[in-house]
Amino acid sequence: MSISQVLFYFLSALALGSALMVVISRNPVHSVLWLIVTFFAISGHYIMLNAQFIGIVNLIVYAGAIMVLFLFVIMLMNLNAETEPQKNKWMKFAGVVSGGCLLLVLVAALKDAEVKGKATQLVTGEIGLIENLGKALFTDFVVPFEISSVLFLSAMVGAVVIGKREPKEA
Amino acid sequence: MQPLTNRAKPVDRRPMTLVERIYLWNIFKGMMITLKHLFKRKATISYPEQKRPFSPVFRGLHILNRDEEGRERCTACGLCALACPAEAITMEAAERKKGEEHLYREEKYAARYEINMLRCIFCGLCEEACPKDAIYLSETFAPANYQRKGFIYGKKDLLIPHPKEDPEAYKKALGNRYKQSQNAN
Amino acid sequence: MHAVFLAIDTAFLIEKLVLIVVVISLSLLIAMYETWAERKVAAWIQDRRGPNRAGPLGLLQPLADGIKLFFKEEIVPNTSNRFLFILGPALAMLTAMMTSAVIPWGGTIEIFGKEVSLQIADINIGVLFIFGVVSMGVYGIMIGGWASNNKFSLLAALRGASQVISYELPMGIALISLLMVTGSLKMSVIVGQQIDSWYHIFHAPLGFFIFLVCAFAECNRTPFDLPEAENELNFGYHQEYSSMKLGFYLFAEYINMFISSVVMVTLFFGGYDIPFVSDAALRESWGANPTAILQAAVLFGKTAFFIFLFMWVRWTIPRFRYDQLMDLGWKKLIPLSLVNLVITALIILPWK
Repeated sequence: MSISQVLFYFLSALALGSALMVVISRNPVHSVLWLIVTFFAISGHYIMLNAQFIGIVNLIVYAGAIMVLFLFVIMLMNLNAETEPQKNKWMKFAGVVSGGCLLLVLVAALKDAEVKGKATQLVTGEIGLIENLGKALFTDFVVPFEISSVLFLSAMVGAVVIGKREPKEA
Repeated sequence: MQPLTNRAKPVDRRPMTLVERIYLWNIFKGMMITLKHLFKRKATISYPEQKRPFSPVFRGLHILNRDEEGRERCTACGLCALACPAEAITMEAAERKKGEEHLYREEKYAARYEINMLRCIFCGLCEEACPKDAIYLSETFAPANYQRKGFIYGKKDLLIPHPKEDPEAYKKALGNRYKQSQNAN
Repeated sequence: MHAVFLAIDTAFLIEKLVLIVVVISLSLLIAMYETWAERKVAAWIQDRRGPNRAGPLGLLQPLADGIKLFFKEEIVPNTSNRFLFILGPALAMLTAMMTSAVIPWGGTIEIFGKEVSLQIADINIGVLFIFGVVSMGVYGIMIGGWASNNKFSLLAALRGASQVISYELPMGIALISLLMVTGSLKMSVIVGQQIDSWYHIFHAPLGFFIFLVCAFAECNRTPFDLPEAENELNFGYHQEYSSMKLGFYLFAEYINMFISSVVMVTLFFGGYDIPFVSDAALRESWGANPTAILQAAVLFGKTAFFIFLFMWVRWTIPRFRYDQLMDLGWKKLIPLSLVNLVITALIILPWK
């Protein structure tokens, strides 16, 4: 076993285990912290695939900013076991069904994908390097890229509009 | 009402100018002020090595005085306790026996004399009240202690050393202050 | 089998491990003496003398403080989550130290005929790595504040988190304007450009200024020390901490200060470049090792000035109010950095 394979299995186990813990944990704050561990494991995978940029941006954006905001909200909400509303039995059933459907879709999609024997691309893959990524984004994929940035801009404007206080009514 | 001094400054309530609102220039000015202080002479006195002189009117710990032959001057008249505004002084009087003439100057003396240094405000009224020059305030202050009872000074803490048996310590305990008051008399 | 399993260059591993140990212990040592310097600077600014009892000039003071902290009683609050409570200061220390991995501490030295770079990891995304680690720094504060099970600590943690997130944005945008000048995220390349020509402070002065303000905010230093505002929050997120766990929090702040000063020097002030002297010529006449050592010393000298600046500002400027802090971050610095970005782009465009 080479060192990259060891790392691959370790990161995979970490990602899966912590993702499970996100769902299982009773305390929502613990769930968020496990989710952060998951992000770290996934970032590790990105780096193994020689996609440094996306690996570190995943950390900056998701683990560094979005998860902090999650924690922020959850810590302020004071979610205790007592305040948790009792869930309907049918709700639980529906949850199981929809989760199972998602699993089915994922398995079906990934069944034919060629992933075997490609644990890492430490030396071979070059597209993940920031220079190549930038070139690809600003030449071949410039239209989708700009459209997505317009989407973000509109989302930002929407957030500002919602957040802005209404002028006082009479 | 008229101002008491001419140092009063009215508060400036004008709206801030652009320079003030940018704030950076003011930060810079403030930092220059602190930079100047960096090189100023330090106000600290490194205490144990370097001591500040006591002022001539400093009132420190009490001393029960003796006369030139080493006899206690106090006659336990109680005037000091009466004068004490903090009620820090207690005493018990006793009669001088035969053969104790070399210990006590008068025929009545203080068998017990206590000053509670936690209550004492070091006003010096006891010194003023004493008709026998038996008590005066020295140029030291009460050292720290772990317990309250350590601050109740008895006769053995307060009495000045014997002038004949230990003249050095006597002179040291007497200090400048007593000499000055003697000279004034 | 064993040899296959550990198919790593042993010499490489040893070289890097030694470098890591040296860098970490140096930054710890510097952080230690930063506490001493902070007290001295504070004292001088306030016309006092500062610590002068422990050793000559009080130089043993940080040692005495450390011993004191180690021997203090360790208290873990009853209801808190024990693991997270301990994780908080550990994370704070970890994230504070991790940044040092991508900083070039000097040129290359020669040991046993082998060229050894004084940089632990010269990765393609050096600047982004620093940015990522800085954004992880919030978790030390947040987890510690939450696990303390104390309202003051929680409030301080929330304040700290929102402050760090808010100031990351202008910091990032200011960095982008610098990156447009450098065209690379590699720290060694950025330093190399400055050795050959002007320092980047002349290319991106406004960017540097924004970066400086944001660095103050990210390090939770006055005037932005709201997470540990003594008079409103009882010392904020580390209120429940005692003994060395508290020490780690305080220590992490000083390491952060050191590292952010180093980053500023590396990005804007030429890193280990010796000013007014051609490094290459010096290398020719002096040999590699003395030059590298001198370069590292120059880097530390430049860093010391910024550390002094941190302290100078701390003992001059009063703390911002929370709304002023947010106002400055979102309404002043972000537009300013965006304008800076556009101006830099306009100037650079004709050349490329």
